[in-house]
Amino acid sequence: MNIQEPIRTPKFLDWDELVQEDKVHRLIYTDEAIFQEEMRKIWGGVWIFLGHESQIPEKNDFIRGKLGLRPIILTRDSGGKIRALYNRCTHRGSTVCREDKGNSKSFACPYHGWSFFNTGKLSGVPWPEGYSCDFSESKFNLAQVPHVKSYRGFIFGTLNLDAPSLETYLGGVRAPLDEWLDRHPGGTVAFCDANRLKFNGNWKLLYDNSCDGYHVIFSHRSLLAMENRQKVGADAAKGMAFYKNSPDNGPMFLKYFGNGHHYKDKRPALEKRPGALWEIEGPHPGMEHYEEKLRAKLGARADEVLDLASSEPININIFPNLHILGNHVQVSQPVSLTETDTTWWGTSVVDDNDQLQGCADDINALRMRTQESFPNFGELDDLMNFEQIQIGLTAEEDEWVYMHRGLGINDRITHAANGTIIAPSTDEVFLRETMREYKRLMSVEPNLAIKRDPN
Amino acid sequence: MKRETPSQKSYYVSDEWYQSLVDGYQDWQHPEAEITDLNTRDLVRRLLEKEACLLDETRLDDWLALYVPECAYWVPASLNQGDPRKEIAVCFDDRRRLEDRIFRLQNDFAWSQRPASRTARILSGITAYQSKYEEVIMVRSSFFTTEFHDGDWRKYTGWYGHRLRKSSENWLIEVKQVNLIDCDQNLRNLSVIL
Repeated sequence: MNIQEPIRTPKFLDWDELVQEDKVHRLIYTDEAIFQEEMRKIWGGVWIFLGHESQIPEKNDFIRGKLGLRPIILTRDSGGKIRALYNRCTHRGSTVCREDKGNSKSFACPYHGWSFFNTGKLSGVPWPEGYSCDFSESKFNLAQVPHVKSYRGFIFGTLNLDAPSLETYLGGVRAPLDEWLDRHPGGTVAFCDANRLKFNGNWKLLYDNSCDGYHVIFSHRSLLAMENRQKVGADAAKGMAFYKNSPDNGPMFLKYFGNGHHYKDKRPALEKRPGALWEIEGPHPGMEHYEEKLRAKLGARADEVLDLASSEPININIFPNLHILGNHVQVSQPVSLTETDTTWWGTSVVDDNDQLQGCADDINALRMRTQESFPNFGELDDLMNFEQIQIGLTAEEDEWVYMHRGLGINDRITHAANGTIIAPSTDEVFLRETMREYKRLMSVEPNLAIKRDPN
Repeated sequence: MKRETPSQKSYYVSDEWYQSLVDGYQDWQHPEAEITDLNTRDLVRRLLEKEACLLDETRLDDWLALYVPECAYWVPASLNQGDPRKEIAVCFDDRRRLEDRIFRLQNDFAWSQRPASRTARILSGITAYQSKYEEVIMVRSSFFTTEFHDGDWRKYTGWYGHRLRKSSENWLIEVKQVNLIDCDQNLRNLSVIL
């Protein structure tokens, strides 16, 4: 007997219909009106990662960026304060900054020459005698993001006047982020250019995959085959081999923290000793030379220093656009409903106090090459799959996307007293919980505002 | 031509080697260093055209045979190329990693290449410069590569900086630097070798 499904028309923006416990409707990935709502309720309503302090280290440094689709200038103003200015002239709306980065005390609009200090204040307009208004009124100053805050070098902004503090928003995910930072000298890193990628798909497809341990041996089959062909004996534990056999039976796990943040920790599969990380690092250019050089210089300390050149086996996902994988800081940026940029910032170690005994440059020379590996040989296959999901979801009668792996199985998922959820690494609980948060955010109108500083 | 076993070790990527790379790619396109000998110019042009043809035909093992054993494939992520020891590149492969890249592309489960891309390359403006070493020639050329993949068209354009090394009577490629005009922008599915 054939089982037939009638074709239904979902109620527009009915969130109980669109996001359910075990499945979400295809429309959240394909509907332009929903995307526009997301740009306001999520990409205006929660703390969004805007940039790293190492990108604007000096006064008057700036980078061009976006908050959702809003063009912004992230700058450290002449007084040293970090601001996210709207890149939009208050006169007729043109962008006032058209460079990706630089150092400037002011921004002049190329259209009619209105110019602004990097505090946002209007500094002057050509031929003011032609105006009867009072230009000292703050309405002529550049708009800016009302809340801009850093957490250990990571700069976030939100338009939501009712947003919790950044620390509260990050909540439990601060613990793995702190651990990731603390393994570096001085507890910090610097950005050092990026692997810049994009895909023709909705931004959520990337977030949905960010803690997914289920796809690895299928999506990354070519990478695993590449890593495995050199492995014999003890080397068999290298690279992505964490996922061999049934990864749910191994010691790695994922955690959900609330507010859409989660992480996957592969470190429990490693021995806890200096050098354990370096030993599982796959082959990369320069490893033989620099290892020899570092061992000759540092002796027994070389193992722990070499670990800094290795990818930390951890995925930290901070909703909705910041991911830390290995040593990368991956930032996603919606371009349109079906187009997303994903920029994998490389990070280098900064050794101001010479903890590494003059070896920071050698570590960074290794670290650049270890970081290039996954974007070149792994991420491309992920992005292809995201693009193909976007194509699959154009089939409008086939409505549902399922995310129920682990749901309803006793003793599989642990709910800790502090609200954290712990599950095996292939579980989709992280996705169900993120979608629950997504639904909550999309169901309310946030209290958004811009500000214009008078000075 | 098929390799039997992959490179297990790679010792040549050292501090000194990186330094020679960075130095060699600085300030090299001097009109007075331009090679005028027609025979050399023809050999260089034929080598680059052959390279482009092998890549278009995805004969990747034959392509790699045009490279010296201690080689590099370098696609900088910044317009000024930078120092690959200090910044991330789009690609920076030594021979071992190039072999890995080819292995993955030849694997049936590299989804970014299912179906495989088809490419067509146009080279122009090939100009050879004598380096300070007799056995090393630098070559600048402009490229326009069109990629057709699963109904989509993509394009890559910019200039190549080849560093060639004399090997008996032939010139082989030591370094291929690929300078995309949009190297600092987000690129979609760059799976093919440029």
